[in-house]
Amino acid sequence: MQPSRQSELELIKLTKRYGNTTAVDAIDLRIPSGSYCCLLGPSGCGKTSTLRMIAGHEDVSDGDILLGSRNITVLPAAARGTAMMFQSYALFPHLTAQENVAFSLKMRGVPKAERLKRAHDLLERVAMGSYAQRKPAELSGGQQQRVALARALITEPSVLLLDEPLSALDPFLRIRMRAELKRWQLELGFTFVHVTHSQEEAMALADQVVVMNGGRIEQVATPHELFNAPASEFVARFMGGHNVVKRNDQTIAIRADRMQLLRTPGQSSHALNATVRGIEYQGTYVLVSLDAEANASDDLSVMLQEAEFFNAPFEVGTSVQVAWSATDAHQLPA
Amino acid sequence: MSATTPTAKTSAPAARRAGPAAWLQAAPLGLVFLLFFIVPLVLILAVSFWDATEYELIPAFTPKNYIAIFEGCGQFGDLCVTLKTYVSTLKFCFLAWIFTLGIGFTVAYFLAFHVRTVAMQTVLFLLCTIPFWTSNVIRMISWIPLLGRNGLVNDMLISLRLVSQPQEWLLFSSFSVVLAFIHLFTIFMIVPIFNSMMRIDRALLEAALDAGATPWQTLWNVIVPLSRTGIIIGSIFVITIVMGDFVTIGVMGGQQIASVGKIIQVQTSYLQFPLAAANAVILLAMVLMIIWALTRLVDIRKEL
Repeated sequence: MQPSRQSELELIKLTKRYGNTTAVDAIDLRIPSGSYCCLLGPSGCGKTSTLRMIAGHEDVSDGDILLGSRNITVLPAAARGTAMMFQSYALFPHLTAQENVAFSLKMRGVPKAERLKRAHDLLERVAMGSYAQRKPAELSGGQQQRVALARALITEPSVLLLDEPLSALDPFLRIRMRAELKRWQLELGFTFVHVTHSQEEAMALADQVVVMNGGRIEQVATPHELFNAPASEFVARFMGGHNVVKRNDQTIAIRADRMQLLRTPGQSSHALNATVRGIEYQGTYVLVSLDAEANASDDLSVMLQEAEFFNAPFEVGTSVQVAWSATDAHQLPA
Repeated sequence: MSATTPTAKTSAPAARRAGPAAWLQAAPLGLVFLLFFIVPLVLILAVSFWDATEYELIPAFTPKNYIAIFEGCGQFGDLCVTLKTYVSTLKFCFLAWIFTLGIGFTVAYFLAFHVRTVAMQTVLFLLCTIPFWTSNVIRMISWIPLLGRNGLVNDMLISLRLVSQPQEWLLFSSFSVVLAFIHLFTIFMIVPIFNSMMRIDRALLEAALDAGATPWQTLWNVIVPLSRTGIIIGSIFVITIVMGDFVTIGVMGGQQIASVGKIIQVQTSYLQFPLAAANAVILLAMVLMIIWALTRLVDIRKEL
């Protein structure tokens, strides 16, 4: 498990067709060795099909998958150097945690004593050593994730594929296990490809976020770039926290926390008249949603600092002007 | 007896929690169990200790029926009639079990994992139940024109010059009995095994593939253990039916083959109720032991 392992993953014109529908449409993507990559998008965007093609659980209709210097497009799942962590972990319910981890060694005919020892070592590594004899049903969601990770690691993969690994957990645990995933990735040093529909998850984890929509890649960027310079209206809307405003044949995206609410209309051209529709208290900030006048956008939301809001609270129904500075307006392609 | 234990276990904690209402709710089924299961069983047990002459039953408590059943056993180095019958019945039971399990598992596997659409699964499943549209006896008898001396199979074998004269072993033989058992009872294996298989998370098969398991390894290490409940239930069905069977063995064996069920039936028809009851009790004990051993056996396999 050396970080130096060759684990750069490259997809070339990768395509998946089911009958007449194209789930993944000739995507090109390069995932650098040792990075944490999140495939992000709404359901049906092709992210899961992409992951499953990389894993070898789905036939590739067209295109190639390269891992390091090898073309793995048509290799069987187990020969690719990838390992998959499934959505609900897919631990074998009839086997103990240790037997689950040792499973692939058993398939390869590794003697029982050796495979159980190696499985136990890995379980120790993910702090599950004392649960080795438990069945999956006797483990909590977080513990199951660790066993699933250990099971994936025992094949010494160079890429770990994670299919919505956190969706089976409750919100609190999700945040904890998310941090754990990131820690493991840093510690193990190889490539993680993580499919998720939660932009929050992608932002928290990824070095590289791949936003997908309708079988195509909308944008590949770091979370910071993605949030500050969304490449399309779809990305801006999907990432959230942005207002998409159409002005003078231009579409611009402005971060919700970079907008001001003015009681008395100014003369700025970077402003819209709107009516306060709802107010949501979120703790560190207050989310004010507004109906824009003149149909410039469907709806607006503005995040105000808690203190700022409570100094001079707005009421539902108040007419206000929403303003932003020109430097915060990010131009979107039409 | 085996069926009463779980009821007792489950109703006890419920009663502690819910009180009289729970008992009331459990009462109808409990009453049915009591009337049609426990009472007859207790009666048979009681009658098996009664005494009898040619013309009357005498309530008593005597082990004489049991002694009579095993009379002569182990005396001449040869097996007594009872033991011989048990060996023969067990042989049929084992053959029927092995074949129904093999065929039933294969069919269930095909239905559960190879048939993609639910509609097709339903259609094929109904197809499996078609034989049940006619009675047991009709289904058995319909083998006769096929397997008889001048039946279709013999005609074909002769016309293909594979044999020179009609084969006698095809009908009214151990072969035809086992064949009929398989024909009649495979569905009892298919249904519970199919049920278990449908509950297997398909992601587990992918996980096995990901771990490098071959299809056979997946079958043996994932599907078989996870179909365990279905296999046990199906086996219990087949074993209990075959162990007590006398109709199939009678019809398909040409009334020439002995079975434990047949002994009980004959004794009943001669009104030797205590003797028949004693035989029934022994048979019940035997079947329970097989089932117990079976559940053990499947458990042990997992430890290997």
